[in-house]
Amino acid sequence: MELFGDFFKQLYDTTGWNFVIFYDQVEWDRFIAAIWTTIRLIIACLIFSVIVGFAGAWAQGAKSRIIRYGMAGYIQFFRNTPPFVQILFFYFVVGNLTPSYDAGGYQQAYIGSFGWAVISLGFFAGAFNTEIFRSGIEAVPESTVEAASSLGYTRLQSYIYVVFPLAFRVCLPALNNNLVNLLKTTTLAYGIAVPEMMYTANQIWSDNVNVPEMMIVLFLFYVGLVAVLVWGMHRWEKAMKIPGYG
Amino acid sequence: MSDAKKAAGWTPEQPMVSIKDLHKSFGDLEVLKGISLDVMKGECICIIGPSGSGKSTLIRCVNALNDIQKGSILVEGQEVNDPDLDKLELRKKVGMVFQQYNLFPHKTAIENIMMAPITVLKQDKEDVAKHAKSLIRKVRLEGKEDSYPGELSGGQQQRVAIARALAMTPDVMLFDEVTAALDPETVKEVLVTIQELAEEGMTCILVTHEMGFAKEVADHIYFTDRGVIVEHGPPKTFFKKAKDPRTKEFLSQIL
Repeated sequence: MELFGDFFKQLYDTTGWNFVIFYDQVEWDRFIAAIWTTIRLIIACLIFSVIVGFAGAWAQGAKSRIIRYGMAGYIQFFRNTPPFVQILFFYFVVGNLTPSYDAGGYQQAYIGSFGWAVISLGFFAGAFNTEIFRSGIEAVPESTVEAASSLGYTRLQSYIYVVFPLAFRVCLPALNNNLVNLLKTTTLAYGIAVPEMMYTANQIWSDNVNVPEMMIVLFLFYVGLVAVLVWGMHRWEKAMKIPGYG
Repeated sequence: MSDAKKAAGWTPEQPMVSIKDLHKSFGDLEVLKGISLDVMKGECICIIGPSGSGKSTLIRCVNALNDIQKGSILVEGQEVNDPDLDKLELRKKVGMVFQQYNLFPHKTAIENIMMAPITVLKQDKEDVAKHAKSLIRKVRLEGKEDSYPGELSGGQQQRVAIARALAMTPDVMLFDEVTAALDPETVKEVLVTIQELAEEGMTCILVTHEMGFAKEVADHIYFTDRGVIVEHGPPKTFFKKAKDPRTKEFLSQIL
């Protein structure tokens, strides 16, 4: 570790390239904290958006017209507005309307910037996931669902045991795409001061005046994260493959 | 016999399936225009007729896959044309096999057979597995338990579909043109399976174009055309002494 730090210190002294995070303990700690925050943010957003997508696709097939129209409105709203505006809107408008508690002299909202980032990004990607899941559900032949109902399955049971497993396989590539997009979109949480990688990099380069170096680190960091996600999704696709089908 | 079935006041001497004046429309198109027929326990009936005559619609009404506009269908005394129909209770009694097999492609043959008894009937998994294995033997698919539907031939898939329906221990089996999508060579293996079932006393309602099979297996044959039963009778008299010109024309084209 010391050798590693010495190398970058040497690099700075000889060439002027200042990768301060690799030899300064304080900046290193900031960097590591940002990694964890980013990963937590991504995982929370991914999970929340997939749940929203499932629920949304389910609601789109609901009998109640109000629920169906509500879903259509939700999708239009989140698809037709920029995600950055959504994050700011949730944090500054909706956040102001939610309850807060007295945190020793000032009011602290129960949901902080991290929470609002997860909520707004989750709903944003969830709108797309809803459409992706719907396309998968529609690809499951009506006759297969009929076979399930003729075996006594309720609508919910046939969704859980037949429709979703098949639909999921159909829409995995599209889901894969959308989740990669979501991963990258989490950088917008920067706008409401979630201390994730984008925000932290900005702080570091403000303190150390090393914008190009931190930009390179940022790029490599996200390249690595996306590679891990894509690798995982591909493995999942492979594992879900059905012999003799599709 | 479960308590629910007894409660319906049905006894085995009465028709197991009793259809009276059944009317069914899709929008403005009336597909069934007053069909009546009875099926006794252990009977095997075949419904034949030109395509578009409403045969498939008729048997799909029996297990409530299609709703009914007018008339009555009693399955062991349970009225199918009832807004408060207990579909689960009905579908425990009625098994169905489709033209396109409609297996669950993401499950192996044995899983296809086991799924419904476990999820729907909440039966013990080990008992279900035993039953499923005996059904696999019955449809002669030993060794194919762990194959996925996509790895099986049409005839094999259709036999899995029959075993899947039988796993629910139904009292009546509906067969909707189950050999229509099969190669001529594999038709026979499916028909043999159905024939064995019928001989064991399973109540069967078949929609079919296999006249030879109908002649051999059916206790009673119904000929439908344009939404009505034109003529019916036991195979011996039906095939030789058809009276109605429509029946004669149809048979002359097919036989």
